[in-house]
Amino acid sequence: MGSSYRIALAGNPNTGKSTLFNALTGLRQHTGNWAGKTVSLAQGNVQYKGKTFHLIDLPGTYSLFSNSSDEEVARNYIVFEKPDVTVVVLDATSLERNFNLALQVLEMTKNVIICINLIDVAEKQGITINERILTNRLGVPVIKISARNKKGFPMLLDTIDRIVTGAIECQPVPMAYPDEIEEKIKKIEPKVFELVGNQLSARWVSLRLLDGDEKLLNEINQRFGQKEVVE
Amino acid sequence: MSIPKIIKLVNGEKGNLIRITSLNLEGVMRRRLLDLGFVAGAIVEVIRKSPLGDPIAFRVSQTTIALRKEESSQIEGVLMTNGE
Repeated sequence: MGSSYRIALAGNPNTGKSTLFNALTGLRQHTGNWAGKTVSLAQGNVQYKGKTFHLIDLPGTYSLFSNSSDEEVARNYIVFEKPDVTVVVLDATSLERNFNLALQVLEMTKNVIICINLIDVAEKQGITINERILTNRLGVPVIKISARNKKGFPMLLDTIDRIVTGAIECQPVPMAYPDEIEEKIKKIEPKVFELVGNQLSARWVSLRLLDGDEKLLNEINQRFGQKEVVE
Repeated sequence: MSIPKIIKLVNGEKGNLIRITSLNLEGVMRRRLLDLGFVAGAIVEVIRKSPLGDPIAFRVSQTTIALRKEESSQIEGVLMTNGE
């Protein structure tokens, strides 16, 4: 009844994330600081079926790997603060570019909704999107909305609701890499798992380590450094 | 018919379409360029060159991105014949 869930909004810049955020929360947002960074995140609440969805508007980025501070804030929030659901907002008129970020998020965390915004604009341009095929291929719900016209909101809120209550289970389809990389992942994944357990996706951390992502390694050390002593 | 001509993006002329074959960069810059759409197989168009030839603006997945020659000289692709 009084349960509250954290829902993060991620997406490229100018995909209508904030429009969606404002439309859902009715502009009652305030900003807060996270993780010692001075990048502020807008936050606001939505009431739905007796639950409170606490929405967090992450900085708009094209990627979560390039080490700008915006990207770091967004990545750290998704990976370490672990929202109950991450909604990735995509621009329907530019899916190729937008899916880069969406696929990155799907590797990091499980409970993801792909929210294709600006669907009205895309349809005017003659773009049709088959969300069922996308849902099957990605293993997570894909929903078409128009934040500006408040179209598709009931479906979006209902899907969030069904994920947090466990009625839907997200099973992101893992991205397959070339054999050479897959073999290396296999080698280090068990060791990574010993360190991070179920806290983080061991496969994702392995991939980042193979990519030489030292910043992530430092972040993990800082956050999990003392854990071994406790256990 | 001729053998595909491989050129560096920095040597593209205005209007050229180039299908990227390789990025000879590492680390954060490589990642950044990949994120912006400079991936193998992508077709980029040379939109315009600055008076001194640096930077150069490219159209890549529906967006215009300007690169310095430090980066554009490290990206290679097949020059696609104009109008074909």
